[in-house]
Amino acid sequence: MNEPAALLERVDRIVAQYEAKPTALIMILQEVQQEFFYLPQTAIERISRKMDLALSQVYGVATFYKAFSLEPRGRHHVCVCTGTACHVRNARSILEKFERDLGVERGKTTPDKEFTLETVNCVGACALGPVVVLDEKYWGHVTVQDVDKIIESTRATQGA
Amino acid sequence: MTIQRAEDLEAHRNRLVAGEDRNRVALHLCAGTGCRACGCQAVADAFKAKIEEEGLQDSVRLKLTGCRGFCERGPLAVLYPSGIFYQQIAPEDVGLIVEQTIKHGQIVNKLLYRDPATGRRIQSEDEIPFYKKQMRIIIGNNRLIDPNSIDDYIALGGYASAAKALTTMTPQAIIDEITRSGLRGRGGGGFLAGRKWETCRRAPAEPKYVICNADEGDPGAFMDRSVLEGNPHSVLEGMIIGAFAIGSHQGYVYVRHEYRLAVKNLLVALDQARSLGLLGRDLFGIGFDFDIHVSRGGGAFVCGESTALMASLEGKAGEPRAKYVHTVEHGLWDKPSNLNNVETWANVPPIIDKGAEWYASIGTEGSKGTKLFALTGKINNTGLVEVPMGITLREILFDIGGGVPGKKRFKAVQTGGPSGGTLIVETGEAAVRRSMTRSGDIVAGEEPVSLLDLPVDFDELTKAGSMMGSGGMIVMDQDSCMVDVAKYFIHFLIEESCGKCLPCREGLRMLHAILERITKGEGVPGDIDLLQEIGGVLIDTSLCQLGGSAPNPILSTIRYFRHEYDAHIVDKRCPAGVCKDLVGYAINEECMGDALCAKACPTGAISGGPKHLQVIDQTKCIQCDACYQVCKFDAIVRVRRDEADVVQRKARLAWKPAAERKKTAVVAV
Repeated sequence: MNEPAALLERVDRIVAQYEAKPTALIMILQEVQQEFFYLPQTAIERISRKMDLALSQVYGVATFYKAFSLEPRGRHHVCVCTGTACHVRNARSILEKFERDLGVERGKTTPDKEFTLETVNCVGACALGPVVVLDEKYWGHVTVQDVDKIIESTRATQGA
Repeated sequence: MTIQRAEDLEAHRNRLVAGEDRNRVALHLCAGTGCRACGCQAVADAFKAKIEEEGLQDSVRLKLTGCRGFCERGPLAVLYPSGIFYQQIAPEDVGLIVEQTIKHGQIVNKLLYRDPATGRRIQSEDEIPFYKKQMRIIIGNNRLIDPNSIDDYIALGGYASAAKALTTMTPQAIIDEITRSGLRGRGGGGFLAGRKWETCRRAPAEPKYVICNADEGDPGAFMDRSVLEGNPHSVLEGMIIGAFAIGSHQGYVYVRHEYRLAVKNLLVALDQARSLGLLGRDLFGIGFDFDIHVSRGGGAFVCGESTALMASLEGKAGEPRAKYVHTVEHGLWDKPSNLNNVETWANVPPIIDKGAEWYASIGTEGSKGTKLFALTGKINNTGLVEVPMGITLREILFDIGGGVPGKKRFKAVQTGGPSGGTLIVETGEAAVRRSMTRSGDIVAGEEPVSLLDLPVDFDELTKAGSMMGSGGMIVMDQDSCMVDVAKYFIHFLIEESCGKCLPCREGLRMLHAILERITKGEGVPGDIDLLQEIGGVLIDTSLCQLGGSAPNPILSTIRYFRHEYDAHIVDKRCPAGVCKDLVGYAINEECMGDALCAKACPTGAISGGPKHLQVIDQTKCIQCDACYQVCKFDAIVRVRRDEADVVQRKARLAWKPAAERKKTAVVAV
C-alpha cells in the first residue's frame, strides 16, 4: 500500500525528529509503528542505516517489546483482557470463543485482514471484567454470548 | 505569567481562590479509565448539551476529574457544595439531575448509592461504607482536580511544598524530613526513601538522575495509573523536591505506553508546569534548574525492575543486570540514579507540607502513612482504595470491598502481582493461618487465627511470610482453581521473562509444562516435589527478582492448597470446575426447560426441545462454558468428565416439568 519511497521518507522524517539519537530508538520505533500499524522490514533496515546502529540491535529492540509488531495488523483490533481479575472471571472462555469465531489464534490476523486478535495483561478496568476492547471501545462483563454481538458491531459500522 | 519566586505562587493561588464563584454548582464527573470504560464520556457530553440548552453555563461548572476509586459503580458524579453522590449514571439520567437537583435542589433517589447491608440510600460519599474506612492523602484531591488544569492543583495548595522546600530548606534538611517521616518505597520493596535519597546525594559522580517508575505492569493493579491520570502535578512536585534534595537536574518518568490517558495528562501537566516556570531554569529564583522527560515503555513487564527500566530508558532492550552495584551509585548511563515509583513520589509533597511528625503519626511502628490498593477479582466493590497502614486485610476486603459477590465462599487473596504470590486463605469457620517463607516452610501461628486479621504493614506481613507488594489485591472465591491460577501466573511470566538468564528462561517453561500436564489430568505422583525443587532453583539462581520470585505462586498454592493439586493428580478432578480437560458439563433436574442453553451452545450439543429437560451430548461438548453462563437456574453443573452422564441419567429420572413442580410446592406448603 505504501510506496517504498514514501515509506522511507516518512521513516527518515521520524528519525530526524529525534536527531537519530540512539537513546530515542524505542520512541522512534513507536512512532513508525503508529504510522504504519506495524514495523515493515524496509523501515527497520532504514532505521538501522540512518541511526548507524547494527540491524541486529534494532531488530532486538523491536522484538523485545510487546508493543511492536513485525506483521501487518488487521483493520480492527480485538483485544481480550486476560489480566488476573478478568482471568478469574473466566476471560479464557471469551478468548476461546473469539478464536473459534474468527478462526485465528491470539496474536494473529484473519486472512481477510479484517481482525487482529490480541490479548492484553490488564486494561485496568477490572470492575468491568471480563473486558474486551475493540478499536478503543470497551465492552464490559462480557459473556460468551456477547462475542457475536461484539464482532457484529464492527460490521455494522463498516456499512455506514 | 511565570512564577519566579515563592511569593508569586502564593499570589497566584490567592487570585485563583478569590476568583472562585462560591454560588456556582460544581459538577464533578469521574473520568478515570474505569469510568471511561463504562461510558462516562457519553454522560459528560449529555451534561454539556443539557447545561447549554438550559443556559446554565454561568451557574454550573462541569469538571472531568481523575479516578474517585469506586470503579464498581461508575460512571460517578458529585455535586458541590452539597456533596450529593450519584452513581451508575446513564446519559438518560442527565436531564433528571439537571432538572431536579441542579435547578430545584431535590435529590434523585434512584441514583444514590444503596447500601446492600441496610438497603438504605446514601446521599454523601463519605457515608458510603466503601469510603468510610479510607484515608485519602494521595488520591483525595483526585476528585477535586481537573488533571488538565494546573490552576486547580495550585488553588488547593499545589506546588507550595516545592516552594517551601526549595526556598526555606537545605537539601539535607529535606532528606532528614523524609527520613524522619518513615516513608518507605511503595513499589513493593519498602526501602526507606530518605536513606535512598541520601545515598544518591552522596554518590560522587555527576550528573545525577531522578526517575519515576510508572511502568505498572502487574495485572489488576492500577494505583499508579490513577495517581498519574488524576493528579499528575503531585508526582511532578514530589520529583522537583527530590531532585533538589539529591542534586539532580534531569528527571525521567517511565510510563507504560498502554496508559494513554496517564501519558496524555502527564504531558499536559509538564507543559503547564514549564510555562509557569515550575520546571526548567532557575526554579523559584534560587538558581536551581530541573526538567522532566517522559519516556513511554514498550510493554515489557520486566521493565518495572529498576535496572531493566534504566536499560530501556537508554533505548536498549530492557534486560536487568545483577544489582551488586546499586543504581543509586551506578544507574542510568552509569550515573547515580534515584528511582521511586509514582505513589512514593506523590507522598513527598504532603510530608513537606505537614511535616514528618504528622506523617509518622499515621500508620504503625515500622510502616508510616497510607497505602493504595487496587481491589479486583471476585469482590463486590472493585476499585481503588487508600487506607492507613495497620488496617487489617479483613477491613479492606470485607468492610471496604464488601466481600465476595453472590453466595460464593471467599477462598484467597493474591497480593504483590504475578510473582508476589501470597495467598491468604479463609476456609469456612475455622480460618487457618499459614504463611510461608522462601524455602516453603510453614510458619504457622499456634492459634488458628486468620491471616485476614493481620495488620497491613511491611514488617508484619513479611514476618508472617507474606509481602506488601505494590498494591494489587486479587480476590478469589470457590470457583477459582488454584492450580489454574498458578499456571496462569507462570504463563504470564514466561511471556515476560527477558530470557537473559537460564534459570528463569528454561525453569519457567519446565514449571509450566508440569502444571499443564497436571491440569490435563496427566499429572504423576512426584510432580509436586518436582515443582518445589525447580522453584527452589529459580529462587536461588535467577539474575533478577522477576525470576527469583516467579515460583511464589506455585509454592504458595502448593502450601495452602495441596489438596487441590492432589485432586488433579490423583483423582483427575478439578474441584473448582475450571480445568477444561477434567471437567464435563451436565444438566441436572433443576432444568426449567427454557432451552436458553441449547440456543447458546455453539456446537449444537444440547437438545431436549422446549419445556423439556435438556441434555448435553458429551461427544459434541467443547466445554466452552456458554451454557453455564446463560442458565439462570443453576441447572448446568461442572463435574468430573466421566460423571457428566451419570448426573444426566439421574436428572432424567428426577426431572419434572416446571408446571408440576410449582404444584407440588404449593401442596407441600
